[in-house]
Amino acid sequence: MATAALEPQVEFRTHYLNHAYGIKSWLLTTDHKRIALLYLASVTFFFFVGGAAAVLMRLNLLEPTGSLLEPATYNKLFSMHGIVMIFFFLAPAVPAVLGNFLIPLMIGARDVAFPRLNLLSWYIFMLGGAILMYAVIAGGVDTGWTFYTPLSTSYATGNVVAAAMGVFVSGFSSILTGLNFIVTIHKMRAPGLTWFRLPLFIWSMYATSCIFILAMPVIAITMVLLALERLFHVGIFDPSLGGDPILFQHLFWFFGHPEVYVLILPSMGVISELVPCFSKKRIFGYSFVAFSSVAIAAISFLVWGHHMFVSGQSVYAGLVFSALSFAVAIPSAIKVFNWTATMYKGSVSYSAPMLYAIGFIGLFTMGGLTGLFLASLATDVHLHDTYFVIAHFHYIMVGGAVMGYLGGIHFWWPKMTGRLYPDGWARFAAGVIFVGFNLTFFPQYVLGYLGMPRRYPVYPPEFQVLNVMSTAGASILGIGYLIPLVYLIWSMRYGPPAGQNPWGAKGLEWEKALSPPPPENFEETPVVTEEAYNYG
Amino acid sequence: MAGHIVPARTYFLVFAALVVLTAVTTAVAFVDLGPLNTVVALAIAVCKACLVVLFFMHVKYAPGLTRVVVVTGFLWLALLIGISLSDVVTRPWTPIPQGWQTSSASPSPANQP
Ligand code: HEM
Ligand SMILES: [Cu+2]
Repeated sequence: MATAALEPQVEFRTHYLNHAYGIKSWLLTTDHKRIALLYLASVTFFFFVGGAAAVLMRLNLLEPTGSLLEPATYNKLFSMHGIVMIFFFLAPAVPAVLGNFLIPLMIGARDVAFPRLNLLSWYIFMLGGAILMYAVIAGGVDTGWTFYTPLSTSYATGNVVAAAMGVFVSGFSSILTGLNFIVTIHKMRAPGLTWFRLPLFIWSMYATSCIFILAMPVIAITMVLLALERLFHVGIFDPSLGGDPILFQHLFWFFGHPEVYVLILPSMGVISELVPCFSKKRIFGYSFVAFSSVAIAAISFLVWGHHMFVSGQSVYAGLVFSALSFAVAIPSAIKVFNWTATMYKGSVSYSAPMLYAIGFIGLFTMGGLTGLFLASLATDVHLHDTYFVIAHFHYIMVGGAVMGYLGGIHFWWPKMTGRLYPDGWARFAAGVIFVGFNLTFFPQYVLGYLGMPRRYPVYPPEFQVLNVMSTAGASILGIGYLIPLVYLIWSMRYGPPAGQNPWGAKGLEWEKALSPPPPENFEETPVVTEEAYNYG
Repeated sequence: MAGHIVPARTYFLVFAALVVLTAVTTAVAFVDLGPLNTVVALAIAVCKACLVVLFFMHVKYAPGLTRVVVVTGFLWLALLIGISLSDVVTRPWTPIPQGWQTSSASPSPANQP
């Protein structure tokens, strides 16, 4: 009997995971929590597809002659890697998984505003993914994720139109998700939950949703124009038909730069939740952090020309875009300073989610600062299309956004599954990922500065040492990503019960909802009487 | 929004206005206004679009937030077109000392370094 007392006591209770069984109960669910898990499975799949392409590329770059892959195959791999990672992993990762799961829970609602539309978004996303996978299997696409003309319209031989249609379709999924979130946040907040009492994650999801709605239609229509020119020679981008090839870059980056903020803003929201919880302090400068999300969303639409400094764009436009790009760094810096100030004199504990958060802050800062090198006209002429750019955006998107995503998954996993994962392993994995990441991408800053161009399968022999370092780092990073996959799946069955609030965190999802939450989230509608992050 | 009932008369009047404007567009197409050709055609088109958005899409009777959404959409379209034009319009400002050379023309000695 004494041993039985030590066994975790799992009392039986109906929650969203066990109130219905069977494949149909998942594929036809309108519960935002189950839809979040559908997305979790899908984006994890796409992450490992995109990751496999990256591994092959890094192996090819182990030696200067790149003897592993045919050059044409290498082109297809980096294109597939970029398209999958940006459109099918990172863009939906935090919003569609954590956002779907958390927005209703954080604002005290039973579900999102349009639950069926939410399920439709997932189906549209999967349809887009299926079209892309078809393009890959049927021979691949070799334009890069940027689909630049005239390569994509006149010269590329791959399945450009199919890949573009995959992107086109998935864009609608993002638009519908954004719409759903905006209406939910406006209309479904619990009594007492004013705008300035909202968790900052909600503010960042709101800003992200606005970008979805304003930017995604532009990429969708651009992909259609591309297909029209490629298939029917309608003159839009081809000068010999009366078009302008730089127009494509304008349209693409009008979407593209806001899109990269879609990738980082949600993770910033996650960090704003983690840092106060593990510092046991109210966030420093709540309204500054909240408004910086809105400012980022707005200014991110005004800087796109910084991707086109050497494209033939007017130098006068370049000057203006350069200045505005410096402006967008300000709200990003505000966030970094405020997180640091929150930790200052807090009682900081280093659980796994916090390790990811601290990793985020450091790596995002490096990515953001090198963005300023690239936003300076003269230095960009040297650095454009080199590995320096690759390192810049991987510091932000992998070192920042993916770290934030993993931190969020580790933080809310007990809420999502009702189980704890082994904290020791989780902290170990966070360390492996941090080391592997830096070893992979720091040498790429140096390579780029020395002049190694991106998107080439071969390189001069003097670059080999740095490339070998990078490939070694990528192997460590890959292992770092597999460890959480193993222990998180393990924990779903064998992890000890988490209890309602294992971190002692503030917020409706922790204080008012059980783990895992019941299908309708709350037994009774919560009433909010205090500010967010009312720690100590 | 739901609740506001628009008299059918309004719809017919708006429809009539749209038909008239279409006729005007067609008529104007037969008159050569020089550079104003496009301007006039677009101006009429904008008026028609406004009528559709305000009456048929009920934005005139919509709450403030909905109007903000509509205005933002158009503002963002203006940003896209306006800032892209800031490139297109100023591209020729940069002097090109040698002048452009077409690939078919054989290089003349004057242009050799
Ligand atoms: C601190 C603000 C930032 C500035 C000033 C900045 C600046 C730049 C500039 C000037 C380039 C173009 C470099 C070139 O091609 O020569 C660039 C590329 C890029 N940046 Fe940033 N950036 C910033 C933040 C971000 C963020 C937050 C992300 C993503 C989450 C990001 C992702 C990217 C990507 C993906 C590219 C490369 C696109 C491509 O050509 O494939 N950047 N950045
Ligand atoms: Cu950019």
